[in-house]
Amino acid sequence: MKLAWTYLRLGVLNEMQYRANFFVAIVQSLLGVAVAIAVLALVYSKTNALNGWTQSELLVVLGVQILLGGVIHATVQPNMERLTQEVQDGKLDFALSKPADSQLLISLRELRLWQLVDVMSGGIVIAVGVSRLGRSVGVGHAFAFLALLVIGASLLYCFWLILATGSFWVVSMWFLSDLFEGIYQVGRWPIGVYPGWLRYSMTYLVPIGFAVTVPAQALTHRLAWTTVLVAVAFAIVVFLVARRFWRFGVTKYSGASA
Amino acid sequence: MSSQPSALRSYVDFYATGMRTQIATQFQYRAATYMYTLGMVTEPVIYLVVWRTIANQHGGTVDGTGAGQIAAYYIVWTLVRTFNIVFTPFGWEERIREGQLSSQLLRPLHPVHYDMATFAGHKIPWLVMYAPIAVALSLVFHPTLDPRPIEVVVFIVAIWGAYVIRSLNHFVLGMLTLLTTRATSIFQIWFLGELLVSGRLVPLTFMPPWAQSIAAWLPFKWTFYFPIEALVGGMPTHALLTGLLWQCFWTGVGCVLVWASFKVAIRHYSAVGN
Repeated sequence: MKLAWTYLRLGVLNEMQYRANFFVAIVQSLLGVAVAIAVLALVYSKTNALNGWTQSELLVVLGVQILLGGVIHATVQPNMERLTQEVQDGKLDFALSKPADSQLLISLRELRLWQLVDVMSGGIVIAVGVSRLGRSVGVGHAFAFLALLVIGASLLYCFWLILATGSFWVVSMWFLSDLFEGIYQVGRWPIGVYPGWLRYSMTYLVPIGFAVTVPAQALTHRLAWTTVLVAVAFAIVVFLVARRFWRFGVTKYSGASA
Repeated sequence: MSSQPSALRSYVDFYATGMRTQIATQFQYRAATYMYTLGMVTEPVIYLVVWRTIANQHGGTVDGTGAGQIAAYYIVWTLVRTFNIVFTPFGWEERIREGQLSSQLLRPLHPVHYDMATFAGHKIPWLVMYAPIAVALSLVFHPTLDPRPIEVVVFIVAIWGAYVIRSLNHFVLGMLTLLTTRATSIFQIWFLGELLVSGRLVPLTFMPPWAQSIAAWLPFKWTFYFPIEALVGGMPTHALLTGLLWQCFWTGVGCVLVWASFKVAIRHYSAVGN
């Protein structure tokens, strides 16, 4: 925790040097939300419900996707991009030789503070979506939503870690961000919309369904409590797999720059 | 008496060599290229699934367009998207910060040619990688696609036309990086416009009439919607040829803007590097 706090402070101090970027991030976030809402409006100008989801319910899904995207872009993605670059450049030994858990270390070093603007944007979109549902959200569902958000973020972290660990074998991993961004767009729509092969791939192989749709289900009264249990169990399994894969990957590292 | 090669011959040699180098490089990193292609394909597959779901909910059509035509549109979209990948204007920030532009300025050709030759070379490996994905998408989504020979010919010309227009436009955008440190927001606004009125998000016929009117005055539809429609839309021959003329027009505009923006912006470049 002390290590995490130190890196967090360093990250914040670093980002505070470039305060104007906050306004750039706001503009980017607003544009992203505007496009997403325009697409929703376009889709719902042709239909009343998409696979049973109303426009307000889809706003909640969209909000969760934007919010989680903000968390990933601020905390996970910059660390994983740095990891793959250091493996390629042979500089990872600077991190591996430190007296701390290597996975923890490589996951904490970077922070893009201003990307957290998306967390606010996503939160606002969720609030608007929920307010238009016409049904109140109970305390139990609100807590389930928050817990499922945390589970979703950790699942996406594990997914990124597994992808980035691949850099020990596939040295050139410049495509990772594009690949993730492409796949993450799947979460903008409820996972049930997709055909079976894509739905299962995007739930169990790439955990977008668990990360985005399931938390949104908690706020739209669609959540089965068994789904929560499955999500928790799945997150534990994926975390253990990611950690084991990371440890295995490190043994393949052969760079020496120090 | 030794004769100098003509300017045209020199350009052809330059592009051929640049493309060959990139083809060899990209095939060295097959896994990376495949993963990148997969990421690119996801976006149209999402749109395809959403609009097909709507079509299926409304008797098999959206605004008179059948599910098979929607499938064809988005599967061809993936190919057009692959051809539309050019050097990103966001990349200019690093290029300027690290002084990478300096070495290009010492060479005899305009810098725009290096990016265009490089990314033209990328297309061939991407095409090879994309072919099995297109077959798989066709097997899953059953597109309605029966083009005439002239549509195929115009499509082949149009996707290269789209590539040239987008390359020139992005170069001009990249020049903004030399003039302001906040160019990123301008890029975002540009890409927002492109996303909404290029046919990238949805076929333009699904958009409201006012959006279609705006699209007619901008270059975006000639880089996405026109090449796709040339193959899948059953356009009459005169419309196909008019579309190619519009591409020529936007290519001309792009050339002028590249020349002018480079002339103005390069005066502000002061980095030294390799």
